[in-house]
Amino acid sequence: MPRRDPSTPEGAVESLRLMWTIRRFEEAVEELFDRGQLHGTMHLSIGQEAVAEGVAAALETGDMITSTHRGHGHTLAHGADPATMLAELLARETGYCRGRGGSMHIADVAGGNLGANGIVAGSMTIAAGAALAERMKGGDRVTVCFFGDGAANEGSFHEAINLAAIWDLAVVFVCENNQYGMSMASDKGTAGGSVAKRADAYGIPGSQVDGNDVVSVFETTLEMVRRAREGEGPSLIEALTYRYRGHSKSDRNLYRTQTEIDDWRNLRDPLDRFEGSLLESGGVETGTIDKIRGEVRESIRDAVTEAFAAPPTTVADLEGAAYA
Amino acid sequence: MTVRNIASAINDGLDVALSGDDRVMILGQDVGRTGGVFRITDGLLEKYGSERVVDTPVAESGIVGVGLGLAVGGLRPVCEIQFMGFSYPAFDQVISHVSRMRNRSRHRFTVPMVIRMPYGGGIGAAEHHSESTEAIYAHTPGLKVVVPSTPADAKGLLLAAIEDPDPVIFLEPIRLYRAVKEDVPEGPHRQEIGPARVERSGSDVTLVTWGAMTRETRRAADTLSEDGVSAEVIDLRTLVPWDRETVFESVERTGRLVVVHEAPLTGGLGGEIVATVSEQCLYSLLAPPKRVTGWDTVFPLKRSEEHYLPGVDRIVTAVRKDLDG
Repeated sequence: MPRRDPSTPEGAVESLRLMWTIRRFEEAVEELFDRGQLHGTMHLSIGQEAVAEGVAAALETGDMITSTHRGHGHTLAHGADPATMLAELLARETGYCRGRGGSMHIADVAGGNLGANGIVAGSMTIAAGAALAERMKGGDRVTVCFFGDGAANEGSFHEAINLAAIWDLAVVFVCENNQYGMSMASDKGTAGGSVAKRADAYGIPGSQVDGNDVVSVFETTLEMVRRAREGEGPSLIEALTYRYRGHSKSDRNLYRTQTEIDDWRNLRDPLDRFEGSLLESGGVETGTIDKIRGEVRESIRDAVTEAFAAPPTTVADLEGAAYA
Repeated sequence: MTVRNIASAINDGLDVALSGDDRVMILGQDVGRTGGVFRITDGLLEKYGSERVVDTPVAESGIVGVGLGLAVGGLRPVCEIQFMGFSYPAFDQVISHVSRMRNRSRHRFTVPMVIRMPYGGGIGAAEHHSESTEAIYAHTPGLKVVVPSTPADAKGLLLAAIEDPDPVIFLEPIRLYRAVKEDVPEGPHRQEIGPARVERSGSDVTLVTWGAMTRETRRAADTLSEDGVSAEVIDLRTLVPWDRETVFESVERTGRLVVVHEAPLTGGLGGEIVATVSEQCLYSLLAPPKRVTGWDTVFPLKRSEEHYLPGVDRIVTAVRKDLDG
């Protein structure tokens, strides 16, 4: 059974809450960065919430994910606690990796999150290995491997999917095609026209979905997860979406127009669309939506406060974790 | 005890590990029916089946990445890379992920895996089939690097590596695979990772080496003894973490240090050892420490192999210069 079903009224409320949680979390992170309270860089997934939630909703507790450098959304949708995540970003001892991994390396193995990953396509073979481990242990947990359109042109993409296919591993490869790998437009950088079509080459199902429609992402993922769990092997989903913010904080958006960004935001925003369809179908009332937004805003504010109150990491044991 | 060469001792070690721990798996190219390019995994597929002795496509990054996923998933993968020079396609996985998970997660999860790599010259093949790039791995925090030179150590260190909670790069000197034989203990024989082995005691000069160069260095020491020079030969066995104490103690006694390795000079581990000894034992030194190494070039074809690899003559010459200095 999926953990949430956004196509039902009850599930939709939960999914909407998670999508707002992702957006508000990312906005909070951006604000902390702009205020100089958070350092390094970050990769925000604002605009891509429906992919993270649509996929994670279709999983069961215990299923595993591997994530990317743009992984806050995946991590939250897969059940992470925002305060513990923020503690990680703010280098606090209470963070998921005790404040030493940071934004790009949040991992919670016990919770089924094998880790965000700063190397493009770096997690793809790891996901195949996790799925092989699961089979060796006789379990039926499914591994979802999130990756971006940029990763689809890395060598590891091929090695991982080929291995998963020849070994019939329970992996669902989810390409979050947000149209750009840094400044390289996906349609210019990807031969063959689509990532999903590449599935044919490996003899596995490939499916392109509207990544800004949470229900459609959910339904496609649900089927791919079902077949993986029942031993029918891996599959590839390409979810078409869009990132509103730059690739990272250094990005000056020189490779796309403001009109393009505005079009996606104004006409295809995943939250607007989901709320619109819920109101239209009568599944959820305006009051409920307002309530969710308010509660999420408050919970993220509390999470920031909680993270700041946690003890910061120190340099005292900087060298203490390279080895056992 | 059974008399074994290094190849047979490693095979025995893998057999012991597979039979004693259901979590142990072998992955690599041709490791199954073929028994590996050097026949190190001979017979293991038949004994343990294709689920635990896994023939992979030619996909080094895939082998190591899958190994990482297996390790995090609770298994104990032993990955075979056919030659050390073929490990570079997997290097991204090793340096970016395998070596870093413990530090990145502050001990919350780790990657207990072994990556076996035959390394070094001696088969007359150029470049990738013969090179010795251990310094790259030794330079990477989070990896242990082990290199046996005897059959008993090969088995003992391998079993220790498989049980180690951290990732271990396990280097196998190609030239010695079938060159030396000795009694190897039966069953779960372990050799602790870290301590060096004194191959030969001496009082005039300390020769530090590892892997296939241990044999050359021992021969050089034997030659020197004919002239009345007493050379101590230390086989490090573990390059990370290397046994500083044993080396310091020896140099403090002999006052002289020569490091021998077949990797190129520049950036090689010889430099690290000489620097560390210079920092710690400067007032014991009677002469500047020396390095006898491969040349700063790509590993050559067979015609030039003997010139490239440090041999007895070069080691003896270096020691004599040190004694004269």
